[in-house]
Amino acid sequence: MSTPLSAQAQLAQEARAKSGRPPIGDNILEVERVSLAFGGVRALTDVSFNVREHEIRAIIGPNGAGKSSMLNVVNGVYHPQQGTIRFRGRSYSDMHPREAAERGIARTFQSLALFKGMSVLDNIMSGRNLKMHSNMLMQALRLGPALREETAHREVVERIIDFLEIQAWRKTPVGRLPYGLQKRVDLARALAMEPTVLLLDEPMAGMNMEEKQDMCRFILDVNDQFGTTIVLIEHDMGVVMDISDRVVVLDYGRKIGDGTPDEVRANQSVIDAYLGVSH
Amino acid sequence: MDRSRWSGADPSRGQNVLEASMADDLTGLDTFPKLLMHHARVRGDLPAIREKDLGIWQTWSWKRFADEVRALACGLAAQGFKRDDHLAIVGDNRPRLYAAVCAAQALGGVPVPLYQDAVAAEMAFPIQNATITHAVVEDQEQVDKLLEILPQCPTLTHIYYDDPRGLRHYGQPQLMAYDRLLEIGQESYRRDPAYLETEVAKGGGEDAAAMFFTSGTTGVPKGVVLTHHALIDRAAAAAKMEGLGDRDVVLAYLPPAWIGQNIFSYAQPFVTGYCICCPESAETVMTDMREIGPTYYFAPPRVLEALLTQVSIRMEDAGRFKRWLYKHFMEVARRVGGAILDGKPVGIADRLRYALGDMLVFGPLRNVLGMSRVRVAYTAGEAIGPDLFKFYRSIGINLKQLYGSTETSVFVCIQPNGQVKADTVGPAVPGVELKFTPQRELLIRSPGLFREYYKNPQATAEAKDAEGWFHTGDAGYFDPEGHLKIIDRVKDVGSLADGTLFAPKYLENKLKFFPYIKEAVTFGDQRDRVCAFINIDMEAVGNWAEKRNLPYSGYTDLASRAETCDLVGECIEKVNADLAAEPEIANSQIHRFLILHKELDADDGELTRTRKVRRGFIAERYQALVDALYAGQDKVHVEAQVKYEDGRTATISADLAIRDAKTYSPAAAKRAA
Repeated sequence: MSTPLSAQAQLAQEARAKSGRPPIGDNILEVERVSLAFGGVRALTDVSFNVREHEIRAIIGPNGAGKSSMLNVVNGVYHPQQGTIRFRGRSYSDMHPREAAERGIARTFQSLALFKGMSVLDNIMSGRNLKMHSNMLMQALRLGPALREETAHREVVERIIDFLEIQAWRKTPVGRLPYGLQKRVDLARALAMEPTVLLLDEPMAGMNMEEKQDMCRFILDVNDQFGTTIVLIEHDMGVVMDISDRVVVLDYGRKIGDGTPDEVRANQSVIDAYLGVSH
Repeated sequence: MDRSRWSGADPSRGQNVLEASMADDLTGLDTFPKLLMHHARVRGDLPAIREKDLGIWQTWSWKRFADEVRALACGLAAQGFKRDDHLAIVGDNRPRLYAAVCAAQALGGVPVPLYQDAVAAEMAFPIQNATITHAVVEDQEQVDKLLEILPQCPTLTHIYYDDPRGLRHYGQPQLMAYDRLLEIGQESYRRDPAYLETEVAKGGGEDAAAMFFTSGTTGVPKGVVLTHHALIDRAAAAAKMEGLGDRDVVLAYLPPAWIGQNIFSYAQPFVTGYCICCPESAETVMTDMREIGPTYYFAPPRVLEALLTQVSIRMEDAGRFKRWLYKHFMEVARRVGGAILDGKPVGIADRLRYALGDMLVFGPLRNVLGMSRVRVAYTAGEAIGPDLFKFYRSIGINLKQLYGSTETSVFVCIQPNGQVKADTVGPAVPGVELKFTPQRELLIRSPGLFREYYKNPQATAEAKDAEGWFHTGDAGYFDPEGHLKIIDRVKDVGSLADGTLFAPKYLENKLKFFPYIKEAVTFGDQRDRVCAFINIDMEAVGNWAEKRNLPYSGYTDLASRAETCDLVGECIEKVNADLAAEPEIANSQIHRFLILHKELDADDGELTRTRKVRRGFIAERYQALVDALYAGQDKVHVEAQVKYEDGRTATISADLAIRDAKTYSPAAAKRAA
């Protein structure tokens, strides 16, 4: 099903192999002719694209283009009226977010959805929720197996804390952290699920330059170290063009471009959408 | 083991200190690797070094430490590292990097720690200068830097990294993981278990133990070579003085390339067997310190100041009752805290009041600072403000000053318990001889002196004369109790017209300790009296003015107000009163001053980029003002060009008032005291 690579994409592939990041594999996620409407408002119209294993795939587009709706369709928050989502060869059209999580799709949110009063550690631990097997009673009584399980999960979480360099704030309530750090905690919680595909909704919104650079580094590191496939929505074109392997462009709920950053940059309809042409 | 080397090297001094200080008999243990083997034998299960990893403190016992060093040394040897080679060590405080220091020494090599926050270009010189072939580094950041300068440093053929993160795909042939090096070492140790012991036994106290590059603010950096004997002797002398033992704990949080860090977290633990703890990261130092509760602590004044600022800010946010409690008991502490710590007589009522304060305020405060268990704390590096210094002492932390440098293995002077003053650095540590040149330059002779500046005989000869005196470049004198007082660099010290000492920086520092004074420039060299330019601290004086309902439109306006002049005048009078009590510099009292109409600025060339006053330049630029000060005028008109940050220039003009400050006769000051 994978489409033949363009010459530019091939070059990019080679450069990637040289830099040592995991090679891009087959399609892991396919969005096929998806349409989504809220009453009379058509959020997405007939959108198709695919995501290959280990790649960083960006979704861009002007405000209201349907980017967040697209992510919400992928992880089962919205159910499209038409079209299917095919994930690791299995297609489905109505999936609960919990199911999506169980299958290995994790996400972060544009407007943070952390537990503000809880510590950084507890927030990230909550990302392990799906992987815990001991029941509430055992946990409450701190019985042996529950304790052992918690220790194992804590170790995974500590590795993530180490990875994202947030050791200094382990015990700090999330609400007291600056915005850039909260975003990092959000990413940490998503990583705690050990996802196959990570959906990032504007991971760099509202950050200053330095925080953005840090976040870019972390995203590339996640992709490199764990081989996680990443789908991200981002407004900062510099970031998108720098870190993504391929880019989908949406405008008014339709796909108007798809390809490597260079291809997209040269695409006339993309230029029109961004610079404004009368419709 | 080899005792002859000890006797060759001033045995009377070095060995006595060693024998007398420890419960252990350290005779013949004249190198760090020998000391390590000793601790592994006698206190093998006690903690040697701790590191917080994945949120948990991981401990290496002395035995584990010795095993690590053995494997690592064998690995390095198998990789071609040999006697007299230099091993670069770049990274934060990490157990494995400390193991690398000892492994290099075990093979008769010389560890060269480099500042981990230096940019790549700054590392090129030391690596070339010391023809470094092997380097042990912490992580990808350091690897990247070394790879960047590889073309300029062709001798560097082996780079070992501790943390493999991000380095998986690096293909450079020079690179090898620390873990791999360890495996090689273990293999080689199994093949030839006796090899390392022989190598360690070959080493002696007069071998070079480490090389530290001085920062080199003037000219190129110099590699200071220190021997095992020098470091061990000084570490032991200070440890004996403070009664350090194997139950002490230290937090290693300053750069390992700095001699002090090496003394406190390598030399002294190796001499006494105490445990050092490596924080998780630079950001977690505060929390880690609270968890560890060190008993022995070093902090430069800027760290102490930052801590106090944090405390003050948090107190401002506290409830009314707590604020009152804090204010009340801090007043008690200020009055009697220092005296109680020094064991001086204090009335019973004050003792009770202090005890109550200790329960309610000082104890919890020490706990928050992570200093509950601190027995000995040092500060050094720059002049510390007396208020800052007294604050820590008043809440029961035994903070003391010391004097030393890289060239002297740190310990030259230490304030003994009970004899602590805010403005001296204490008497000489046993074994150290001090004297002054006629120009008041401090000369030091000590078993801790450096051997040489590496490959720089000319600089060595300039710094160390034929009789073994080290010329510090610092000017100072002894106070009546024989405590050393450092006042300035020799090259900056002048004399008044009557020949008495004039130390501008010393005066300026005294002025700057007042929160209202941001910068000060004093004049007096070859003149009959001292005058000063003052820069007020906009924030502090601004707050002060607001509380008094004094309106002002900006810096120039605030600086020119009579009330501000009065405020600064009071500060200067206090300094004068202080100076009058010190016979050596009583003549340096400030007779006249003016408050400058603008803040001194590096953009205008008045300060260096590190915010040091460029006295000569300022004297030239404001010649008219200096003349007015000495001509006895009470007002002077000034016009000056200022450069804005965007490059535009403008002219500021103002009338500056010149004030006379009250001065004291030395005799009157003595009576008052």
